[in-house]
Amino acid sequence: MSETEHEPDVTVDSRGATCPGPLMDLIGKVKESDPGTVIELQTSDDGSKSDVPEWLDEAGHDLLEVVDHDDYWSMYVETN
Amino acid sequence: MTEHIVVVGGGTGGTVLANRLAEKLGPEIERGDARVTLVSDDPDHVYKPTFLYVPFGKKTVEDAKRPLSDLVDRAVDIEIDRVTGIDTDGKRLSLRDGGSMAYDQLALALGAQLVPEELPGLAEGGHHFYGPDGADALRDEMAEFTEGHLVLSVIGTPHMCPAAPVEFVMMADAWFRERGLREDVEITYTYPIQRAHAIQNVADWASEAFEERDINVETFFNADEVDPEDGVLHSMEGKELDYDLLVGIPPHKGSDLVTEAGLGDDGWADVDKHTLESDHAEDVYVLGDLADVPTSKAGSVAHYEAGAVADRIASRTRGQTPTATYDGKTVCFIESGMDEATFVEFEYGSTPTVREPSKPVHWAKLGYNESYWLTARGLL
Repeated sequence: MSETEHEPDVTVDSRGATCPGPLMDLIGKVKESDPGTVIELQTSDDGSKSDVPEWLDEAGHDLLEVVDHDDYWSMYVETN
Repeated sequence: MTEHIVVVGGGTGGTVLANRLAEKLGPEIERGDARVTLVSDDPDHVYKPTFLYVPFGKKTVEDAKRPLSDLVDRAVDIEIDRVTGIDTDGKRLSLRDGGSMAYDQLALALGAQLVPEELPGLAEGGHHFYGPDGADALRDEMAEFTEGHLVLSVIGTPHMCPAAPVEFVMMADAWFRERGLREDVEITYTYPIQRAHAIQNVADWASEAFEERDINVETFFNADEVDPEDGVLHSMEGKELDYDLLVGIPPHKGSDLVTEAGLGDDGWADVDKHTLESDHAEDVYVLGDLADVPTSKAGSVAHYEAGAVADRIASRTRGQTPTATYDGKTVCFIESGMDEATFVEFEYGSTPTVREPSKPVHWAKLGYNESYWLTARGLL
């Protein structure tokens, strides 16, 4: 298990979902979150590593860190 | 002891399942060893894909409806009532019109609900073709619409019939061309992710077709507010689109019954994607749009799932080990104009190929829409 310094306010478990499920789950959570919320997106879909940063860039939110677990990734996002 | 199988929902999943059970368990029902009840709060079965044609005046909302009693095998008891609670420990349903109903095996096929009110301004400022009232209202708007900016925005995901928004703009393009109005009508299609459709090959095909037909595309567009007064659609990404006619695919939700019964925490039911058995309760199956499985919310999915669930329930009823599974089979026709269409077919984990659109496939789609009533009867 990898370590991270980020403490998420909310965790979105999208493990098992395929593209674009994890990204849409994240967008839904960002929509209902206040600015400054740290969201951990758990995804096992390889595509998330490119489509999530691309959307964050487009929408103006920050990708804090991606932590590689054995069978999924945790993507830490902060809303602006 | 009679095995009581209760199917809740009178859409494609529920109706096909009830009919398949009547067929598979004919001798058991005859002997009184099994009983099948279909519970629905609507005495009519509604075939939703019909609504796509209503805005263009090609079909009416009445074409989408048939009485359940005409479609469901007589061996099935039809109960017109609304389920208000599910007790999976006591294996009992609460009913709106009073009383309760015990079950031995339960199949939930409640469908997805439209919740346009989840997006500020959408109910007032937008139209859709995902229900009878919306389709009728959009038909009237389209008939009067002779110039301006038509924006179709995919707002809700997941949503029913994932191909329908692509079909709608391609049909609108052809329809306005036929009527000599296309030069005065600008068409824009928006989608939430970085491409024009969730399925890569459909996105590639649609993007090329949109370009050829002068249909604008906005990707990474997640609508977060509609301003009906000024006719502006705002997105989470900070974009604004002026519209004269907004067709918004509304947000969808599952069922509060699912959440309250502990079958899924967001209204969509957690199931094994192959057996359609609930992750959280014994002898509970969920099929159709309500089941959270990694494929489209489409009639074909409900239809094929019903076949697997009917096999599994019939096996259990006979005391056998069920072996039938659903492999994710999905078939979607895609209209690419007013007189041509294509289709995609795929299973879990596979990517469909989009074939060149043709007139015969368009006729096949229209033909299938008619023969759908045989599907609902469990015959096709």
